[in-house]
Amino acid sequence: MKDNTIICRCSDLTQGDIRELIAKGYRTFDELKRISRIGMGPCQGRTCMQLVLRELSIATGKPISELAPGTFRPPVKSIKLGEILEAIEEGGEEAHG
Amino acid sequence: MKPVEILVVGGGPAGLCAAIQAAEMGSKVLVVDRNRALGGQLIKQTHMFFGSEKQYASTRGFDIAQILLDKIDQMENIEVMTNTTVLGLFEDGVATLEKDGKYIKVKPKAIVVGTGASEKTLAFPNNDLPGIYGAGAVQTLMNEYGIKPGNKVLMIGAGNIGLIVSYQLMQAGVQVEAIVEASPTIGGYLVHASKIRRMGVPIYTKYSIKEAIGTEAVEKAVIWQLDDKWQGISGTEKELEVDIICISVGLSPLSELLWQAGCEMKYLPELSGYVPARDENLQTSVKGIFVAGDVSGVEEASSAMVEGYLAGMSAAAYLGYSLYNTKELREDLLQQLNSLRHGPVGERINKGIASILIQSEAAASTEA
Repeated sequence: MKDNTIICRCSDLTQGDIRELIAKGYRTFDELKRISRIGMGPCQGRTCMQLVLRELSIATGKPISELAPGTFRPPVKSIKLGEILEAIEEGGEEAHG
Repeated sequence: MKPVEILVVGGGPAGLCAAIQAAEMGSKVLVVDRNRALGGQLIKQTHMFFGSEKQYASTRGFDIAQILLDKIDQMENIEVMTNTTVLGLFEDGVATLEKDGKYIKVKPKAIVVGTGASEKTLAFPNNDLPGIYGAGAVQTLMNEYGIKPGNKVLMIGAGNIGLIVSYQLMQAGVQVEAIVEASPTIGGYLVHASKIRRMGVPIYTKYSIKEAIGTEAVEKAVIWQLDDKWQGISGTEKELEVDIICISVGLSPLSELLWQAGCEMKYLPELSGYVPARDENLQTSVKGIFVAGDVSGVEEASSAMVEGYLAGMSAAAYLGYSLYNTKELREDLLQQLNSLRHGPVGERINKGIASILIQSEAAASTEA
């Protein structure tokens, strides 16, 4: 398989990029995420994660069931900070703690 | 903060049935769906369903959606918010929503998560060329918007979705050049496969895609045979002239909200990915959070509906609502699930569920 196969469309990372990072010692999804931003785009890992876990599984010899899928945090899709601000101004709850 | 009794996340087959059941027991329900209309995948299903009468067998998917939506329309205690995405479930029980650029916080007393599943994808050279779709996108284009996606297609995956969408493509006047399946056997029902074979479409088992070829868009697909280690065998390549490559290699549970909420999760190949531990009433390890449908393990819409009724019942019972015949209804739903999960596929699913089943006193709560 050619190395320029796209794994992460959001951040434009190829199979070659991911394999290189794994070879450098990044051995979990979270580590790869922090160094490359994979899983941090609009798809939030919904497209790329299982492809990355498969690469990690091949490289480490561990089955996918033993690999950590990384941390999931809100929000699940991108929103404008202004929207949150507006909600605070209207509701005022956060402002009072 | 908006007061909400039961929040149902996702208005597909599972969520709709959960809402109906919970509302029938007297609770107030808010159904939230990120799409512009409710119905989930049902509204794209032009084929008739299997299962039994109770799961609307012999009725087409979009008609089932209409039956459920009509019921919801008549129920005053169900509020519906479409075009609304649940952004997060927090450990203190707060859920954040976004609708039309507005950020909304709610604190439901119980939550049913019926977010469904997302499509798996494949890594192969040029997989980012225009003309490469997931089977879901092809169904959305054809069956929801009436747009023919192209003229000649290679279908990857011979599970039920791959087979059914191949047939739908043919109905839309698209030529299906071939279906490839990496496994040695066809995953979907043979009744679907035979129908397609009779129409002259070859199904290649132990085959996969090697690469897509094209400059601006897909022009060709190269397929090849796989060895016993799932590796392509040089010299077995076949070139197909296609302008669409449709990927239908399975679904994975869309469980991100459950992770956020702190539910205990486990990777189970039998259920197609990371799924929540749950008790017999579909309550997760976090009290007050219930699951139904593909998010708790990928199955079919029929079982998603039954799970929906059960989760809706459990959520309402959790808040103290009941009907005179709750116990009988519950027994009937469990029985329906049992009969849907028969055969080798059902056995696999039951095995998966058994390995994450929470044995808890809560399982007896609706019986009381």
